[in-house]
Amino acid sequence: MATSTSKYAYIGCDPNLCVGCQICEYVCSFSKTGEYNSYRSRIRTVRVDEVLITAIACRTCENAPCVIVCPRDALTQDPQTGIIDVNATKCDGCAWCIEACDFGAISINPQTTLAEICDQCKDDPEGPQCVKWCPKEALSLTTPDQRAQRTRRTLIAESFDIPQKATDPK
Amino acid sequence: MYGYSGKILHIDLKTKKNWVETKPEEWYKVYIGGVSMASRLLWENIIPGCDPLDDGNPICFANGIFTGTPVPVGGKFGLASKSPLTGFIGDSLSGSWFSVALKRAGWDGMVLHNSCDSWTHLFVDDERIQFFDAAYLLGKGTFETEEAIRLKLGDDQIRSCTIGPCGENLVRYANVTNDGRQAGRTGHGMVWGQKKLKAVSVRGTHGVKVFDPKTLNQLAYDISKSAQGKDTEKYRIYGTSTGLLNTNKLGVLPTRNFQEGVFEDAELVSGEYLDKHHKVKVIACAQCPIGCEQMSLVKTGPFAGAMTGIEYESLFANSSNLGISDIRAAIMLITISDHGGMDSITMGVTISWAMECFEKGVLKKEDFASEAHPEGLELCFGNGEAAVAVAEMIRDQVGIGKLLAQGTRIASQTIDKERGTESYKWAIHTKGLESAGYDARSLKTFALGLATGTRGGCHNRSAAYDPDMKGETNRLTVDETRGRVASESEEYAAVYDSLPLCKFIRRCFTGKADRAGAWPAIAKLINATTGWNYGYDEVDLIGTHACTIKKAFNIREGWTEKDDDLPWRWKHDPFTKGPGAGTVVTDEELAYMKKLYYQAKGWTEEGMIPKELLIKLDMPDVAEEIGV
Repeated sequence: MATSTSKYAYIGCDPNLCVGCQICEYVCSFSKTGEYNSYRSRIRTVRVDEVLITAIACRTCENAPCVIVCPRDALTQDPQTGIIDVNATKCDGCAWCIEACDFGAISINPQTTLAEICDQCKDDPEGPQCVKWCPKEALSLTTPDQRAQRTRRTLIAESFDIPQKATDPK
Repeated sequence: MYGYSGKILHIDLKTKKNWVETKPEEWYKVYIGGVSMASRLLWENIIPGCDPLDDGNPICFANGIFTGTPVPVGGKFGLASKSPLTGFIGDSLSGSWFSVALKRAGWDGMVLHNSCDSWTHLFVDDERIQFFDAAYLLGKGTFETEEAIRLKLGDDQIRSCTIGPCGENLVRYANVTNDGRQAGRTGHGMVWGQKKLKAVSVRGTHGVKVFDPKTLNQLAYDISKSAQGKDTEKYRIYGTSTGLLNTNKLGVLPTRNFQEGVFEDAELVSGEYLDKHHKVKVIACAQCPIGCEQMSLVKTGPFAGAMTGIEYESLFANSSNLGISDIRAAIMLITISDHGGMDSITMGVTISWAMECFEKGVLKKEDFASEAHPEGLELCFGNGEAAVAVAEMIRDQVGIGKLLAQGTRIASQTIDKERGTESYKWAIHTKGLESAGYDARSLKTFALGLATGTRGGCHNRSAAYDPDMKGETNRLTVDETRGRVASESEEYAAVYDSLPLCKFIRRCFTGKADRAGAWPAIAKLINATTGWNYGYDEVDLIGTHACTIKKAFNIREGWTEKDDDLPWRWKHDPFTKGPGAGTVVTDEELAYMKKLYYQAKGWTEEGMIPKELLIKLDMPDVAEEIGV
């Protein structure tokens, strides 16, 4: 069963809007490594069926299992943002964090063999690059609460006919 | 070198040996990528004159200059072999992630020689080459095969090119499929099937680096954002199928095997109808910010559950062209071709030929008998269920399916010889390749483009329907400009096919799709990727190089001026309805336009390429072999 996500913001993807272009992977890997390589991306697209496509990055769980499970205390969670930091000196790439993650949002860098986790581009004044580049605006940095509000609005708008009204005068 | 690794991977399927060939930067400047590089690799590696089904016909992949970078729509690769359908160059282009994986594995191109002794699944894992027994994949459809490979190898980033049952069963127009996209038209799937090659998978774990990433990222970002505007609106919302109502209005929508150009039920098989009733999801290729593939599902009726991506070309061939106004039958037919792995245009046009044979009494009900339909089939125009049954017979090579699996040229020749009939008169192909969805009788510049096309009747390689349909030329008559217009539009398309970039991005650079609007912007992308110093002229020359090497290949394979011809119907049998009623392209008009076209190219009157021209185009070895 998936861990419940928290009050923290995370990069979420709307599967209805995602077309699976993988541009998020290109820009994520570029901003972290200077080269375009999906294997180095901290956000991953996934296509399960012909028409089921989405992208997944760290969900910033509260009491994050990856942090709890790390045998070397290499992972720490920022109490303000929920972003998980990997200490490269302590991490030895044992991959327990990957096993603990319910979202498959952690990967091992094939060159350094250390764990890598989305940090929401926290040091970049432009914010998360994948969100900036996503051509379909499928990606957004939101809190679970904001997502719930959006879902409620969409549900109501789709469930009831909104009467046609005159538009406001310009 | 940036943008390229400089390395071509060669694999001998028989001996299982592999070797690496390095190419100098100058070579890449002539054969930049995609269709152009794949055709050149074929030129270098084929045994000239060999049968397309012989071991001497290699499979040549060529990557793109922008593949693996964030440049929008640059994730494509070219695939070339000698075509079993035409006997000439078989050059295809396919989108999606296979090209990106190949690039990240470090290969600009890949050439597969000879054939396998038993059914094989080839795995290129960065530099490591592995051969697997393909028994676990046999009989599986294209999408299923890719899924089975991902499960076996346990990595979603592994991308595969596969053939479906049609390739295994040697349907002459079988495709190679990757990620739901096809390297189609010319019968690559049959070549692969003959070589007992079921699938090629690639894993590439290396990163792609470019010369000036800061500039390239900015250019790519701006193009990506402008690709959300009105210039791509029709592709994003309706996909290419939105063109169907327009071709119908212009009277060039192939209807009932190209008998007419107007379909009375066009509304019911339009992109707009599809969007409203059947669309379930839009999908994009790798690094594509547009997203044009409209995944469409049949929800009711006997074909409920059929689902695939619907394009204009697949749609015309399997709806109006078959007289079918129930779009659900068309979706079913296209699903059979996509999952079975065969060309949906050729399949549709071959079935429409058979339908006309049935209506004219050349083929009888009992000719379509099979175990599933012992009494045969009433294959008249509009009979969707019969068409679906025949498509399955083609895929499985059952009964008359064996003959129809050969395409219209061979099928009509066989029947005419056997029964003394004249069904060649309604076999709609040029050089053996079935025509695409623009009836060229009343698009005369396009007719010239199709007649002279190196891979046969193809709308992707000749873009001359565009000036005709936009009214830049008088499409019902011929004049002295047509040779130039046909040549220029062919070379324009070849620039996109060789970089390669998807042509749907053409208006997103500056809002104007012409050379002046696009070439300077493309030059900037090339320069930021490679560090070269390209301008308008160098970009323009990419198309000339591509068309020249393909033509040279055909000449070496025995092409003569007589091969540049049109289907009988387009020359003798006019429409009765619509704006193009009464027009045909006469033999005199065609001969006149061909002369103009060869002139515009700088070729001889017989369409041969002068030595000096080839030397000027940096192809001295080609000049030596075929130059006059």
